[in-house]
Amino acid sequence: MAMKTVFSRALVIFVSVVIFFPALLAQDIASFEKRITVKKLANGLTVVIMERPEAPVFSFYTRVDAGSAQEVPGITGLAHMFEHMAFKGTHEIGSRNWPAEKVALEKVEQAYAAYENENLKDVGRDANRVAELEKAWQAAVAAADDYVIPNQFGEIVESEGGVGLNASTDRDETTYYYSFPQNRLELWAYLESERFLEPVMREFYKERDVVYEERRMSVDSSPQGRLLEQFLGTAYIAHPYGRPVVGWPSDLRSFSATDALRFFRKYYVPANIVVTVVGDVKAQEALPIIEKYFGRIPAGPAPEPLRVKEPPQDALRSVVLHDKSQPLYVEGYHRPDFRDPDDAVYDVLADLLSKGRTSRLYRSLVRDKRIALAAQGGSFPGNKYPSLFFFFAAPTQGHTAEEMAKPIHEEIERLKTQDVSDEELESIKTRAKADLIRGLGNDQGLALQLGEYQALYGDWRALFRDIDEIEKVTKADIRRVANKTFREDNRTVAIIATDTPKSSAPAGKGEQ
Amino acid sequence: MMKRSALLLPALAVFALTLTAAAQPASQPSAKTADPQKPPAAGTLPRSWKQVPIPPLRAFAPQAPRRIELPNGMVIFLQEDHELPLIDGTVRIRGGSRDEPAEKIGLAAMYAEVWRTGGTKSKTGDQLDDFLEAHAARVEASNGLDSTSLSWSALKQNFDEVFPVVLDLLQHPEFRQDKIDLTKQQFASLISRRNDDLEEIASREAAKLAYGPDSPYARTAEYYTISAITRDDMLAWHHRTVAPNNMVLGMVGDFDSVAMEQRLRQAFEGMPRGAAVTALQVNFPGPKPGIYFVEKNDVNQSSIHMVDLGIERRDPDFYAVEVMNQLFGGGFSSRLFAHIRTKQGLAYSVGGGVGAAYDHFGVTSLAMGTKSGSTAAGIEALRKETADLITGKVTPMELKTAKDALLNSFIFEFDSKEKVLAERMRYEFYGYPPDFLQHYRAGIEKVTTADVDRVARKYIHPDRMAVLVVGNAREFDRNLATFGHVTTIDISIPEKKPEK
Repeated sequence: MAMKTVFSRALVIFVSVVIFFPALLAQDIASFEKRITVKKLANGLTVVIMERPEAPVFSFYTRVDAGSAQEVPGITGLAHMFEHMAFKGTHEIGSRNWPAEKVALEKVEQAYAAYENENLKDVGRDANRVAELEKAWQAAVAAADDYVIPNQFGEIVESEGGVGLNASTDRDETTYYYSFPQNRLELWAYLESERFLEPVMREFYKERDVVYEERRMSVDSSPQGRLLEQFLGTAYIAHPYGRPVVGWPSDLRSFSATDALRFFRKYYVPANIVVTVVGDVKAQEALPIIEKYFGRIPAGPAPEPLRVKEPPQDALRSVVLHDKSQPLYVEGYHRPDFRDPDDAVYDVLADLLSKGRTSRLYRSLVRDKRIALAAQGGSFPGNKYPSLFFFFAAPTQGHTAEEMAKPIHEEIERLKTQDVSDEELESIKTRAKADLIRGLGNDQGLALQLGEYQALYGDWRALFRDIDEIEKVTKADIRRVANKTFREDNRTVAIIATDTPKSSAPAGKGEQ
Repeated sequence: MMKRSALLLPALAVFALTLTAAAQPASQPSAKTADPQKPPAAGTLPRSWKQVPIPPLRAFAPQAPRRIELPNGMVIFLQEDHELPLIDGTVRIRGGSRDEPAEKIGLAAMYAEVWRTGGTKSKTGDQLDDFLEAHAARVEASNGLDSTSLSWSALKQNFDEVFPVVLDLLQHPEFRQDKIDLTKQQFASLISRRNDDLEEIASREAAKLAYGPDSPYARTAEYYTISAITRDDMLAWHHRTVAPNNMVLGMVGDFDSVAMEQRLRQAFEGMPRGAAVTALQVNFPGPKPGIYFVEKNDVNQSSIHMVDLGIERRDPDFYAVEVMNQLFGGGFSSRLFAHIRTKQGLAYSVGGGVGAAYDHFGVTSLAMGTKSGSTAAGIEALRKETADLITGKVTPMELKTAKDALLNSFIFEFDSKEKVLAERMRYEFYGYPPDFLQHYRAGIEKVTTADVDRVARKYIHPDRMAVLVVGNAREFDRNLATFGHVTTIDISIPEKKPEK
């Protein structure tokens, strides 16, 4: 109410916002239509090109529709491992002598298989034999390493002016991206297709050590990493969303280059890949080049869909980590995947609860009760398969993780029993549109969004339709979805309960 | 399906795994072509990347922002960009955390927070929140080492409503006590959490080793410095720093710069000049060499940092240092990455180089994370790389790869109007020539292998560096004392000011 008196002009503007937006977005889509070309190549690979000649550069985003959700126990972490291997080069790149290296790598695999067979034996494992076989495997690795030109793929990209060279693996997808000066389009098409045409698993086992260090950094040695691994492992009992993207320690110590290639052959088929290019390119000129190079990748059958479905949760689950670090609280509720008609309602809920200082969790837990440093809610960990709607809070000094539950549940109760205000709902819809616009201003961000929507919905225009769906969300939808989702028997809670050490730790090797 | 744009906490957002943790090196055009090419015959595809043709880069003249200097000393840059219906901007004001008194560390950060949340004379911060969120606009203040910035982002059609909020904050801030209390509690909570994350501890303590624990460039807020801060301190800070001659304003977006200039002149020309904020004189004694250790027994990875003082960016050696950094610890092809990560598998995160700051010495740093059981091996590996760098010679091939990387990527320094604006604002703020970036290319081109060898010997001194290990000592491969005297750093958080 205070708002109206202080900002009388605001109301006028408010109305104009509502009227103005649809026109603006329609204009955007029309302008995008003119600048975007989509083509499915003969081998099934989808290419999206957007002309945006702001400066003589372009960015791309290769999205492979496979992530850690495609893994099974024993090979967890393999999608991510392959992502690392996609930087190791090809027959042409990274080898001093490919024919000889090929033979040497085959020997590595044979030696590794022999070693692992003995090493993993449940009964009759012979430690001496394991040591011998390990030595033989290491000798084979050393012999193969003689042929390697390390990091040549990355070196070519960087020395040709590539920036932002990186890749990312998540549960739903694996993505590869960087930006290049505009005159390197053909070089890019060569490099990007080459690495998915004939990737070579050189230096696999050293890279596996690197990935294990990544696990130590992001999970083992990180309080939040440990908490989230336990949280998801508890919330999911069947579906792979419950397993860490980086993989379990046992699997990171045992999967092989042969396993990685098998994963690659199954999932990196052109039908499973969308390549998006945004920047100073002309579709008419770029498409033939892209077609020429990416067309080399042989077609293959699209991988079969995931069979496993998470069974409905019918009892409260909780996990407590007694940790030395400060308390954290997270709770989650199963929600449907992104194709569900209520998907936009969850987006609205996330904004209502979390966005900025007017959000409900901020105002309740941070501003008024002063028991949390930060508090948010949203969907996690994926889109493609049924995910979770989470509530996360970091207590302020002197408050415990357990104290977060009550005020969070009060906010949930409010969502279930009281309609949100007109102002709140309008404000959320306005922000959704503005955020969309803010995301259209750079090549790499555009490539990511267009590629993501093209892959998931089969049409980049869904990026704009999402906004229409949000526009349709009503107060009744919010109450209905809150009642449907936020039930105690659908809840998983994970907390860090801080241990206060009674005595100081015994001296280790760091002391004098 | 808005997961990507949802405001997840960093903790949840990092759950997707990326290939590299290290930031990409400072980048840089190139009309040069790569290797000599043998174009393939028509209709066939090149077998090697060396045969792929690279045409000349399209000619490109980045759009320079309009620069306006008001009689009261305020400098304004206006950069038109009509792609999207947005008008964004920032006012950068001299005076940052390095300028706050030692007994009130945290003042500049708290000032920035409460400046916005504490509202103005006529509107509370909560009212501003309601108004701005309803218009999908943002106005936020942030604090840095040498400045405070008040930034905004608004849809074009709301600019006339949002910009007055910026002006109101500049002219009539209120610093309401309830938000001071809230912020104090938040800052204290952040202090209480500062020893939870391995890398947070390591980078904080490494800076203290490089600059000295009490240096304005490294010191940290404590419970007692936070509690000493008052509303009067914030008001005094505001009145001392917010003067036109201490401010650089930059605006980018869908506006007409002639009309905007008139508007800004009206808004700011009447502001009286204030006393100039000048940086304090700070001593840079350099680190005390040796091994330093912080115990953290709930981790299985050690964070290792080797630090020393770096250089200033205006140093004539800057270009040779840039090339050295690129080949030594910059990208995929750098020595640290190739040797320590790729060949030895010792680290996921590894990198380093001689740091260059705009108006003071940067920090030279080599850093890596490795399992507890290879901590000593990690230190040895970093030491070997530094020794090889300063006793050996870089090869012409390494030099070429590094220079190509810097020169061919140069275009990305100015590939958006926003970046060009930010660059110009930065040079203005630090008193650098406006064409500093144009000199960059020529500077890099001139660097020879002898230059790189020379700056390596000049700036990398393993015997002067402080080596910091944060980790779980019981799992180490060797006692750290085998490297020499170990100084254990106590990171427990003091409740009260220690008596000295």
